[in-house]
Amino acid sequence: MTHEPVIIARQLTKRFGPFTAVDAISFEVEKGEIFGFLGANGAGKTTAMRMLTGLLTPTSGQASVAGFDVFRSAEQIKRHIGYMSQRFSLYEDLTVKENIRLFGTIYGLTQRQIGDKTFQLLRKLGLSDEAKQQVGALPLGWKQKLAFSIALIHEPKIVFLDEPTGGVDPVTRRQFWELIYQAAHEGVTVFVTTHYMDESEYCHRVSIMVDGRIAALDTPRQLKLTYEADSMDEVFVKLARTTSLS
Amino acid sequence: MKTLWAFILKEIYHILRDRRTLFILFGMPAAQVLIFGFAVTNEFKGASFAIYDQSNDPVSIALGRHMSGSGHFKQTVVAHRTEDIHQAFQSGKIKMALVIPPDFGDRYRSGNRPEVQVIADGSDPNTATTLVNYATMMIAQFKAQRVNAPLHIEVATRMVYNPELKSVFMFVPGVITLVLMLISALMTSLTLAKEKETGTMELLLVSPLHPMMIIVGKVLPYVLLSLINAVLIIAMGVYIFEVPIKGSLIALLGLNTLFIITALSLGILISTRTQTQQAAMMISLLSLMMPSMLLSGFVFPIESMPWLLQMVSKVIPATYFIISLKAIMLKGVELVVVWREVFVLALLTLVFLMASWKNFKLRLE
Repeated sequence: MTHEPVIIARQLTKRFGPFTAVDAISFEVEKGEIFGFLGANGAGKTTAMRMLTGLLTPTSGQASVAGFDVFRSAEQIKRHIGYMSQRFSLYEDLTVKENIRLFGTIYGLTQRQIGDKTFQLLRKLGLSDEAKQQVGALPLGWKQKLAFSIALIHEPKIVFLDEPTGGVDPVTRRQFWELIYQAAHEGVTVFVTTHYMDESEYCHRVSIMVDGRIAALDTPRQLKLTYEADSMDEVFVKLARTTSLS
Repeated sequence: MKTLWAFILKEIYHILRDRRTLFILFGMPAAQVLIFGFAVTNEFKGASFAIYDQSNDPVSIALGRHMSGSGHFKQTVVAHRTEDIHQAFQSGKIKMALVIPPDFGDRYRSGNRPEVQVIADGSDPNTATTLVNYATMMIAQFKAQRVNAPLHIEVATRMVYNPELKSVFMFVPGVITLVLMLISALMTSLTLAKEKETGTMELLLVSPLHPMMIIVGKVLPYVLLSLINAVLIIAMGVYIFEVPIKGSLIALLGLNTLFIITALSLGILISTRTQTQQAAMMISLLSLMMPSMLLSGFVFPIESMPWLLQMVSKVIPATYFIISLKAIMLKGVELVVVWREVFVLALLTLVFLMASWKNFKLRLE
């Protein structure tokens, strides 16, 4: 992997009044990397992610995403990233095709591009027969894959996935990770939060947040070595114990 | 522009594919107009009334017969003095009185604008208005049935005990107010809360769409729907219940548009404060619908409320809307006459819009 960081954070901090949600975190994510962003609920994962996606203005520090500064070019960042939320939310009462068309338009694709994308996407996902079905009627796993593909519809350099596999069975989760790998292989950087520790093993590198700080950041293999653990789950437990989290 | 259109199209799909929304949008307004309408203008038979015929001439006697012969009115008192009418009203023997002045017969024959007076008991305003309307219609009918009738018989109506009929259940303005509140505020807060509930709001917020576009795109379809509904209610009022529209139609539509924007801004404000559709619905119903119905002067007259509630009614947009709506629809005044109410309504709208915009941006933080 060449050294080509697409996400850079330096001393990135967010305070809400007296409460510091994210406390001077620094890291870099390389192009094409699958970067796992872990932490317990309330550790500051979501806040950090919101700063990187241009939704929140940081209190201090620096960060750039896809070459754009989070303070000055939040709008540009939004244009160049893809995003998939925890509930892989699409409009359930719109059909598969209508959802693709809507998000294509929102991201400024031309009618022609949307047409091509729709065709490709439906074929790739094997959803051609369901194109005119409302998304609400699809099985969860399909919805999830569709949501991921739509997050990539404008061919962003980076895609942010906020707990993308919540509530999905292991087989579907496995299939979903194959999609993630495929995207990463095509050069898309994947920034993913998850609370499934076994999933973090699939990431190239993992950062673990505790109380607003990054407590550990390395490859899963190295982390296990450092903390003398057999699994990421154990790493996490040991980390939580050594810090103030009680 | 293209994005906005795609957004509006999406909203239209949402509306058309949700039966509940469709019902609230079109079923409720029609149901309300019919319920309120028929509750007010129920048919009546044999309402007791007095005739005070000072003219005592073939035409005036014929008019008296025409009234009593219809079945709608029953003459129970023959008045010979003005006091007779008062006594009959006070003892509850009559609901209405017809006074025919001494020169009625002569004026009728010479075509010199004959006049009659209809007096009704304003302490029961609903009945009073209905009776007066019937009497007026019957006098017009009397004229129409006769040859050589003068062009016009002047009917002077007088409400005793409550001359301005302040508590009259002028249901059409009231229903318009309720329905616009319901659709504009409730539906907007619901549709925005739904996006939050399903997580799609997040998706829109991280997209390059400007937040203003998100709101405008979501709200615009409801502005149009609300306007259609306002027109529908007015039309039902006019054609089914013969509610007059005396003022300018343009002023009326303009006023409705202003109130729709008021209600929408309230809906947005509520949605910025709630996370679920259920919460949005509860807050809308309790904080908007109830006051709009009970404290705006729609059902209960503001003048007879205790001081505290009167103060509350002063900050309810519906109060100002109903006053100006009634003035334009029923009294036929120009928009400038009610400028004060319109101004306050516009001011309130501006405050709500700014508050909801600030809240919306705050939520992003």
